[in-house]
Amino acid sequence: MDRARLAAAKASTLQELARHLAWTRREFLRTGAGIALGSSLQPSSLFARTGIPAGKRKVVVITFGGGARDQETFAPEGQENIPHLMRELIPQSTFFTQVVNRGILGHYVATASLATGVYETINNFASLPPEHPTVFEYFRKDLKRPASDAWVVAPSNGFNRIGESSHRSYGPGLGARVILPKHLLAAATSGGGPDYEHLLRDNYETPFHTPELAGSEFALQQLGMMLKLSVDDFKAHALTLSSPDELSVYIVRQLMRQQAPSLLWITMHDIDIAHAGAYSLYVDGIRRTDRLCADLWKTIQSEPEYAGKTTLFILPDFGRDSDDDSGGNGFQHHRTGDALSRTTWMMALGAGVREGVVFDRSMESTDLVPTLGSMLGFSASLAQGKPIPELL
Amino acid sequence: MLPCDLKPEQFNGYPPEARKLVSRYVSALQRLPLSFLPNLLREVIEYDFKFPAERRALEKELATLNSLSSEQIKDWLQGFAPIRLSSQLEDSDWVNAPGQFVEQLSSHLWSTHQLDAFRTAALAYAGRLRAVVPPQPPPVPRLGITVIGQGVAAHDEPLFRRLRSHGTYFSGVKPDNGFELLLNAVAARAKEHPLPYAHWYIDGGQAAAHDPALTCVSYHALEPVRAALSTKIRIEIRRPGMGPEALRTHLAQLRPADLGLAKAGDAVLDRFQVKMLTEGSGTQIFSTTFAQWTAREALRRAQPLTLLVRFAPRQRQKPMNEMLSASREAAELDPLGSLIDADMGAYYNWLNLQRLTGAEQSSFLVWFEGHNEAIAIGPSLPRGTVSNADAGLEKLLSWAS
Repeated sequence: MDRARLAAAKASTLQELARHLAWTRREFLRTGAGIALGSSLQPSSLFARTGIPAGKRKVVVITFGGGARDQETFAPEGQENIPHLMRELIPQSTFFTQVVNRGILGHYVATASLATGVYETINNFASLPPEHPTVFEYFRKDLKRPASDAWVVAPSNGFNRIGESSHRSYGPGLGARVILPKHLLAAATSGGGPDYEHLLRDNYETPFHTPELAGSEFALQQLGMMLKLSVDDFKAHALTLSSPDELSVYIVRQLMRQQAPSLLWITMHDIDIAHAGAYSLYVDGIRRTDRLCADLWKTIQSEPEYAGKTTLFILPDFGRDSDDDSGGNGFQHHRTGDALSRTTWMMALGAGVREGVVFDRSMESTDLVPTLGSMLGFSASLAQGKPIPELL
Repeated sequence: MLPCDLKPEQFNGYPPEARKLVSRYVSALQRLPLSFLPNLLREVIEYDFKFPAERRALEKELATLNSLSSEQIKDWLQGFAPIRLSSQLEDSDWVNAPGQFVEQLSSHLWSTHQLDAFRTAALAYAGRLRAVVPPQPPPVPRLGITVIGQGVAAHDEPLFRRLRSHGTYFSGVKPDNGFELLLNAVAARAKEHPLPYAHWYIDGGQAAAHDPALTCVSYHALEPVRAALSTKIRIEIRRPGMGPEALRTHLAQLRPADLGLAKAGDAVLDRFQVKMLTEGSGTQIFSTTFAQWTAREALRRAQPLTLLVRFAPRQRQKPMNEMLSASREAAELDPLGSLIDADMGAYYNWLNLQRLTGAEQSSFLVWFEGHNEAIAIGPSLPRGTVSNADAGLEKLLSWAS
């Protein structure tokens, strides 16, 4: 019965399940990556740890639009899919095992919630801006930063409004510049044919639909002005890449070299091929994302504008459904709202972050924006979350 | 409109059997909260196209609700009472379009942070109903068979990793005529227990010759339907104002005749097949997804006694650079990727079989087609063990049962 299948887990057990997930992630990390429990560490200030004043710091945030479950990642049987996270990044990171998303589990609205620090309720599939100020607006308004200092790179055309909110005290002119690499690709190439349409298909959650673009998208002529890329170079390089996320990372590198924004937000999407139900492609997406995260970290460390003064955050927007919930279909979707689909993780590494520690207390995904505010020196006054003391 | 305002004539638009069924219970429906009732009506309106197991469950549910006093109704559905609905939902035509109401309700529950409360209420109701009307045990222990790896010559990675702890792994299976043997075995069960929609054969490729006593669904046979659907989708997404939710609603309203599938005569199966393509995600693109989702839905809805699923190679997902090169070559197949998909699909088939009554007596077999690897799970087989005995698939089936 559908109504019963919707109700896969009692609300009273959600917290227990989330705690259990956090505990098992910690144990997996202890055994797999050899990191320590962070609760025994003494507090110290971020400035004392880095010696870098807030005004000079840079932050890069990578979110996955399409979570990955523990059994395909941190659990013993899944660790083979994330060798770079396990061996390279986690040992250098502070890792939070229990990041709970209490909002709507759709990728656009959830990413908007991550970016505002408020559980947004906008239509996941409409071209709408977030209703609350984004981190980019707080950053630019409070710190009087130019538009070129905050950027978003997102693969899905539906994310074109993510850069700035509709909030009357912020909004137009105060947000981040948004690059949609697939949209650039569409503009740079003539297109045509079913494969091309498939590639530009916007959102794995809605496999049939590519919405029309509206709002302040990155215009093609800016390819040359901002990224110093000719259309031909861009097209030629795209022909060597295997996925939209690889294209995004290529654009990010170019952006870091040419614009060096202090606040850079990247949303990956390859993992969300899981919605098509092919398990092997979902696992391929995890492996590619694992590699691309490590590549980006290497770029951060090697670029003079970023090396030594950048903090990198990596987090999925939420999880995916459990195999045990009869209301879902396992890895394919995130529709049940069960503990596995709501509970995810976050790692922070780089400037001012303790290496090789894990915290398994519960925190919420809306805590990210106030934490970035404390790090960079702005006030996320309308965000619902709280700064994460372990990072400050 | 609220449920208390319901009148029998408001169901005149329902299919004949559904109308007849619901007309007996209008007074019971009047007592139900609006946050609950359209979910029930969504099932009722489909009654004419439901499998026997679903019909029985729905009839019992309605009869049970009818038998409850007003106090009992309040008690059973108390979790639904605090759910706040919008005036838009209340004003919608939830009698004639309950499916659309439920879609909008789902969106409303997410955006108003009431989903958890709704889930809790639904779970409590389902528990009450199950206690009063327990599901019937099957007349014979169920049998599930999944065949994976068609077209794969060799594979180095271990298979059945998620299932091994539940049964016995066999490494000396005799593969000769294996699939034919399995088809014969399920056909024999169909003849021995001749119940409608109780014995299924689902093929992710082209169905092999099989006994007509089996309910058969195949990806290949639905190729014209998939093509018709694809054409409709392309037309729809170009319409001004057509968004993902409107498109989903449109697809949910498609009927077999809209896709050229209404001439054969099995209206129930035709409707089921169309739903696999219009409501399943990825079923239109990948045959492995189609086979897994169809098996899941067949188990959930028809609750068969026998289910044989054969996965076939799906089309290869082209990397971005190939898509950009705009090649017009026909899609290649991806046998190895499909084997990994099917290995997971087999696990899901077993999980879904376990959710049916009589699970402790059911048996399950997965075979790597054409090879000597299989895993068998059943009440008389040890768990987490390995056997290198030379044995045919018939023998494995007999050991598992």
